[in-house]
Amino acid sequence: MIMFLNKILGSSLKTFELGGVHPQENKLSANEPIQDLPLPKSVTIPIAQHIGLPAKPVVDKKDKVKVGQVIAQSEGFVSANIHSSVSGMVTKVDVAIDASGYKKLAISIRVKDDEWEEGIDRTADLKSEIIDTPEQIREKILKAGIVGLGGATFPSHVKLSVPKGKKVEVLLINGVECEPFLTADHRLMLENGPQVLVGIKILMKALSVEKAIIGIENNKSDAIKALKTLTANEGGISVQPLKTQYPQGGEKQLIKACLNREVPSGGLPLDVGAVVHNVGTAFAVYEAVQKNKPLIERVVTVTGSSVEKPANYRVRIGTPVKELTEAAGGVPEDTGKIVSGGPMMGKAIADLGVPVTKGTSGILMIPEKDSHRDETISCIRCGKCVTVCPMGLEPYLLLTLSQKQFYDRAEQEKVMDCIECGSCSYMCPSSQPILDYIRLGKSKVGKIIKERQKR
Amino acid sequence: MSSTVLFTILSLSALGVVAAIILYIVANKFKVEEDPRVEKVEDALPATNCGGCGYPGCRAFAEALVGADDLSELHCPVGGNETMQQVAGILGKHIEEKDPYVAVVRCSGSFEHRKKTNVYDGAASCTIAASLYGGDTGCAYGCVGLGECVDACDFEAMYMDPITGLPVVIEDKCTACNACVSACPKDIIQLWPKGKKDRRIYVACINEEKGATKNCSVACIGCSKCADECKFDAVLVDNNLAYIDGEKCKLCRKCVDVCPTDAIHAVNFPERKPKPDRKNRPAKTSAEKPASTSENADAEVDVVKMAQTKAKLNIDKNKGEDKNDNVSE
Repeated sequence: MIMFLNKILGSSLKTFELGGVHPQENKLSANEPIQDLPLPKSVTIPIAQHIGLPAKPVVDKKDKVKVGQVIAQSEGFVSANIHSSVSGMVTKVDVAIDASGYKKLAISIRVKDDEWEEGIDRTADLKSEIIDTPEQIREKILKAGIVGLGGATFPSHVKLSVPKGKKVEVLLINGVECEPFLTADHRLMLENGPQVLVGIKILMKALSVEKAIIGIENNKSDAIKALKTLTANEGGISVQPLKTQYPQGGEKQLIKACLNREVPSGGLPLDVGAVVHNVGTAFAVYEAVQKNKPLIERVVTVTGSSVEKPANYRVRIGTPVKELTEAAGGVPEDTGKIVSGGPMMGKAIADLGVPVTKGTSGILMIPEKDSHRDETISCIRCGKCVTVCPMGLEPYLLLTLSQKQFYDRAEQEKVMDCIECGSCSYMCPSSQPILDYIRLGKSKVGKIIKERQKR
Repeated sequence: MSSTVLFTILSLSALGVVAAIILYIVANKFKVEEDPRVEKVEDALPATNCGGCGYPGCRAFAEALVGADDLSELHCPVGGNETMQQVAGILGKHIEEKDPYVAVVRCSGSFEHRKKTNVYDGAASCTIAASLYGGDTGCAYGCVGLGECVDACDFEAMYMDPITGLPVVIEDKCTACNACVSACPKDIIQLWPKGKKDRRIYVACINEEKGATKNCSVACIGCSKCADECKFDAVLVDNNLAYIDGEKCKLCRKCVDVCPTDAIHAVNFPERKPKPDRKNRPAKTSAEKPASTSENADAEVDVVKMAQTKAKLNIDKNKGEDKNDNVSE
């Protein structure tokens, strides 16, 4: 009966229509205030922390750098500047292991003191008056190297440059944080609400839109309340509580949930008059535009069911993951896997020396007993993957097509529309490696499409 | 009665004749002119449709052969020189003999030499594993060991060795069709000149890192000893990695002896001094039957062991000079 009532009450809240799952939330660190992590001894800053072209290093070995100094310049439109997150001396510009286990070019800096570049406002005062013009805002965001902090790390200035002929009606702010365990955005909304709000206004000005909606899942009722109070007197900005459902944080799902519009296959949110930015990005935009502070730190949740002190830390980019796990009480003995990101879309890391990057939203330590996949058995054609797919695809079919290398058919079946949320793999009673193969298919089909466009 | 029968037969015959005439005209009008040599060339080809020649199947290759003025760029790796001479005979053209090639696995990081640092339990596909991360050992260049090359082989010329975790090429069955080479996401497999008496020397490592032995005891460390030793300029060291030019190599085996990490493999050589005639060409005889593959593996191990002991001896001998390398190890 209670469940039934819950269902009715729950369904009165908005959410996306197709598919979705609801894994155990496990927001262990939801009540832990954001702490500043002490400065590490050294940092390793990869030059490719965003989607698009890697930045080009502009410092050399033995150069002295200050906090906020540009150490790698963006190359091309879809790229982002990289700034030094610490002050000290560059020890090497060489390949270093990154979260993927492959070696990529990175800049290592030995930390000395905490000397900041001039012109960065480090005070905590709220600066709410926006004096910059839209062009100036875009310029500042480009210079500050801001990328989407929700995890996709798409350069933000690109999203703010609306092509001619397209009209943006509404700005959506993504405060969903649908990944289990993660609480970084949640804490940010609670503690830095006013700053986030100014950030949203800046984004609205840059896009020249009158309306903004902050989408928040109802498992963060305190954040909803806090932002509702803050936006009470703001005409254009409203808070939209959403029913907790994974993957609501996906751009297309959030648009469907808040606006009831569907982004066409292969299209962008712009096609339905919306632009989506994460709350973390809004905060970074506030700091960049109002305080002149580039993106050199972010909030990272360090968590796991057997972690001693699950917490949220404000971390300088490039800090080794090891520092974070140590701050949280060390890696628990029963740990079987350490994941960068959330349990659904995160990636296991092979080495604790890898650095925190702009896209690292959390470090999750999973106990050995939960860290392995079940044995794969035959597909029983139950169709659960089809039911939960938020994009309306047929994951079992895409799996087979990728396995059998029928890439043209996979393209017809819209493999490129997959958002890689992993709901299908999560739900599969046979533990089929569905997403693994869909990803393979996506990369192969993507290559084929690129080849075709070249011709 | 009889007139009805007669009428039926006549009318049907007339109809048949008219249809035949139409068919004849149409067939002539839409006749596809085809070079009769295509058929002949196709018959000469091995009909495996493996794509090793770069064309989608033997028919397409036959058409390309017939259409080409110069045959020097076209080669059927499966049929080899014999087939190509036959083709040249049919087409009345001259063709140069080409050295036969064979696939070699340029990684010797077996379980023993390369410790696992993590566990991968995702989909059993090398490409998927490689796109996710560097692999379950510290070496991001090495073999992932999930056998995509074996699956890609149309000639049953490869198998995964359960003891080493590495793929093994059965030389006699390998046609150098390139399928395994393109299947490998780490680019470990390479086509190599088969060499005189099937003997060849190659660096079984593609790791370009400094201090590669941290993660694999048989990795090439780019110490250049082999290049210094080689009198024929066949060894090139670049990016901390040695590469032996199979065309220049005179198979003297000096580089094999000086390699401190046993990263250079010499295959199908007779044992150096004693016991002539034994295991002279082990792969040739033993690889025919799949059941005897373990024998083949033994032979390989023997070669490796031999090289290992040799190198050890050498290190002992040159201990003073070798200090630098020991440090880098």
